[in-house]
Amino acid sequence: MFPRTIDIYRVLPELIWCGFGVLAMLLQPFVRNRHFFTFLAFVGALAGTAASYFAFRHAGPGFSGLVQSDSFSFFFHLLVGAVAFLVVLAAGPYLDRERLPFAEFYALLLFATAGMGVLASAQELLTAFIGLEMSSISSYILAGYRRDSLKSSESAMKYFLLGSFATAFFLYGIALVYGSTGTTMLDKMAAADMSSTLLKLGLAMILIGLGFKVAAAPFQVWTPDVYEGAPTPVTALFSAGPKAAAFALLLRIFATVPAATHFWFWAFWVLAALTMFVGNLGALVQTNIKRLLAYSSIAHAGYILVAFAAVTFMAQENSAEAAPAYAAVLFYLLSYALVKLGAFTIVSQLGGSGEKNLSLHDYAGLSERQPVVAAALSLYLLSLLGLPVTAGFFGKFYIFKAAVNSHLVWLAVLMAINSVIGAYYYLRVIVVMYMREPSAEAAALAPVRFPVGVSAVLLITFVGTILFGVYPNPVINFILRPNLLGH
Amino acid sequence: MLPGGHLLSVLIFFPAVGALALLMLRGDDHKYIRLIAMVVSAAEFLFSLLMLPRVPIGTAGYHLEEFAKWINQPPINYHLGVDGISLFLVLLTTFLTPISVLASWNSIAHRVKEFFVMLFMLEVGVVGVFLSLDLFLFFLFWEVMLIPMAFLIGIWGHERRVYAAVKFVLYTMAGSILMLVGIIWLYNSTGTFDLPTIQQMLANGTMVLAPRTEMLLFLAFFLAFAIKVPLFPLHTWLPDAHVEAPTAGSVMLAGVLLKLGTYGMIRFCLPLFPEASHRAARWVAVLAIIGIIYGALVAMVQPNLKKLVAYSSVSHLGFVVLGIFAFHNISMQGAVYQMLAHGVSTGALFLLVGMLYDRRHTFEISEYGGLSTPMPKLAAFFLFTALSSLGLPMLNGFVGEFLVLLGTYQRHWQWASWAAVGVILSACYLLWSYQRVFFGEITREKNRTLPDATAREKWILGVVAVVTLWMGIGSPFITRRTAAATQTVIDQVEPQRPYEAATPPGAAPEVKGDSANTAKAVPIERLGIR
Repeated sequence: MFPRTIDIYRVLPELIWCGFGVLAMLLQPFVRNRHFFTFLAFVGALAGTAASYFAFRHAGPGFSGLVQSDSFSFFFHLLVGAVAFLVVLAAGPYLDRERLPFAEFYALLLFATAGMGVLASAQELLTAFIGLEMSSISSYILAGYRRDSLKSSESAMKYFLLGSFATAFFLYGIALVYGSTGTTMLDKMAAADMSSTLLKLGLAMILIGLGFKVAAAPFQVWTPDVYEGAPTPVTALFSAGPKAAAFALLLRIFATVPAATHFWFWAFWVLAALTMFVGNLGALVQTNIKRLLAYSSIAHAGYILVAFAAVTFMAQENSAEAAPAYAAVLFYLLSYALVKLGAFTIVSQLGGSGEKNLSLHDYAGLSERQPVVAAALSLYLLSLLGLPVTAGFFGKFYIFKAAVNSHLVWLAVLMAINSVIGAYYYLRVIVVMYMREPSAEAAALAPVRFPVGVSAVLLITFVGTILFGVYPNPVINFILRPNLLGH
Repeated sequence: MLPGGHLLSVLIFFPAVGALALLMLRGDDHKYIRLIAMVVSAAEFLFSLLMLPRVPIGTAGYHLEEFAKWINQPPINYHLGVDGISLFLVLLTTFLTPISVLASWNSIAHRVKEFFVMLFMLEVGVVGVFLSLDLFLFFLFWEVMLIPMAFLIGIWGHERRVYAAVKFVLYTMAGSILMLVGIIWLYNSTGTFDLPTIQQMLANGTMVLAPRTEMLLFLAFFLAFAIKVPLFPLHTWLPDAHVEAPTAGSVMLAGVLLKLGTYGMIRFCLPLFPEASHRAARWVAVLAIIGIIYGALVAMVQPNLKKLVAYSSVSHLGFVVLGIFAFHNISMQGAVYQMLAHGVSTGALFLLVGMLYDRRHTFEISEYGGLSTPMPKLAAFFLFTALSSLGLPMLNGFVGEFLVLLGTYQRHWQWASWAAVGVILSACYLLWSYQRVFFGEITREKNRTLPDATAREKWILGVVAVVTLWMGIGSPFITRRTAAATQTVIDQVEPQRPYEAATPPGAAPEVKGDSANTAKAVPIERLGIR
């Protein structure tokens, strides 16, 4: 059966991303100019992101309900599209510096983005699985993209082994859910017997599979190693894109399947508390900036899971009230993606060839050498810490609000404690940049040049962080639409 | 001319504009940067004086209000307003900022531009906190001022500056993030972040909190404020922060930032959670009294002059907290007055200590001695300031302490008796340290040739001394304007107890002429001041 035109419209962003990825691979033998591929990927990422508006205009279920184009998927398409676009901008100079092939990198990046897009709009579990695999397999390769670096290969290997294990859980979960409900369509599961043990077990396995993707404790052990070893622009992608997509799927499952919302409150409560503490306490002792940011991204997954606990709690009580909790997740993911992209881009650029300068010592006295870069990195760190006037502040505020709204005061207090622990290590970086005298070799470092593409990334993330920190209204109004999911 | 309707916004954001202007400048033209900083901060002070005639005497409620919708969901508004209490605290802030700029004229030599930018951002945060009438906005400014202060300590401070800066931030954040949870919780019960609206809901009984909830909320707010004050035993960040901060940082920290805590108690803890305040009052008072005596005793044995002044702050702020939690209008007024007086005189003490440091680069008292011979003028200023700080009548410290003790005595004579010990002790440590630093033989040869106060220093100290003296003599100028606001707080915290019952016998107030100009005025006899 040939798909209807409207079905095509609803997956147009994915098609464009994939199309440009294939194009990049096909042209690779013929085009010598490496920067052509940057341009190609740039256009592809942008076109796909723009096409998501087209998909949104033709909202509704596509391919007999396999995917769902709605405000929710629009938001996430914009998010992962913007992430891809910014990573393309940041990656060009990096690939140049590290003498890595361009075309494959961008192709994989676009494939991964398409996979994330599928995850965000999937309404059916096997479709979601395909999206997950698309983004994961591309990610495994991207993590090992610096073939001659041991760390990068180790990172890819670890990510691949643990990732496949988690994917197996996810798949097995789908099988069990199908066994108990007789369908893999999320919207049809509403009619299922909610007390079925098989269904609960299946959902638990899905949760584990996705928990791995979002780096929730105790499924987080891969994160620091993979983040550290992967090329830094790829790390930026990992921390922003796949995480957002996996959270999107998780949110869609737990919003659509009533059985999923009723029994998972405590699971999310414990996951959230554990993830926050593991992430923050782990970050306290890091001296490598990439590892520090990796642990911080675990901690932030924990904060987002707090909002999930609120979502599941609200779903039991009064599902109409759950909207602000969804909004909290979405807004947080947006603010978080902006900040992490900016921070990793700076880290990537300051790392120098071969990514040598990643230790905190190398950042000593940065404010004297490169005041603007230091100021930007400080802003990102303050946003991660959740201080006004940054987007992270509102993100944290909305999560707190969702938690307190759901009477999860103790979880909110745990989150507050974690924010203070977090403050210590974010401040430590700022302290090193502004208040420590550089060591002899750090002082000898020449100021690192920031090419146009990288500066553009910093400008966009910087302005976005402040803009959403001062005036979050447009985003909030959009994600608080009553028909966020499903229409 | 200034649009009168937006005076408060101008006050908040003018320093930010100044900071932006400074950022545009080249970093190496120090003279020019200092000049602009001075002009901006002085202009800000003049702007703030414009508030004075617009806050009528004896009228409760907020003035010069500004209201604009900001965030739709949840409804957060940009709501500003000023009353008798915040009026003078803003004036104190805008007064101490140019003083701080002058004080850092020569002592800040590297990263000059960034220094003044941070100072101005700090001013933005502090003025914003005092003028916000929306809980969310309040919290936002509360957090905004954190980072500039940490930078002031951490970049331009002394040896252990990084430790002190981080400690300062972590302590403050620990309290404030819980306050955020409290603010959101309160929003859940009221549906608004707007302070006047919540107060109205409390007054007409549309919002009733369960006792346990009220207590938890009270504690969430109180902890944040108590850390800031700082109340014993949460004070340990203060000596570190003070000793390590540059002079201007210490002046702003002691002069203004500590008051944010006590201001928060007056503005939020008491009016919003009256029952919980009553239940907690006894324990708070005990902590305040411990703070008064403990701070004074520790100050007495300090070998470090700056630490001595820092601990004297712990002691003095104990009086403020005691005055607030005695729930008496006189003591509340005393508390407000003490906040202002402490801001001026302790600020001046830090300036003086900073001047000594500029000359000898040490805070150790044992390094000094007999300084009045080489520097008689500085010695005279120091004595004057020390006397005002220990509460000599005619100077500003006396008014605050006396009113606090008077008001507290009417309610709980035991509290007042214990607190009075602190007055004696403050005389001990200040005079004793003065004696060791300025009197006696010169023990260090280096000290023999120290230069006396320069013209710039004389100007700074002279201005502060005039204000000190004026506050000591002309105190009614201030108390008349704060009276209505403090009485409102008292009414909110004790709606069941009419004020007359607490009026001391024989304290029939004498009505001043200017009570006539207020239509909806709080009767001045209820204000309990003359």
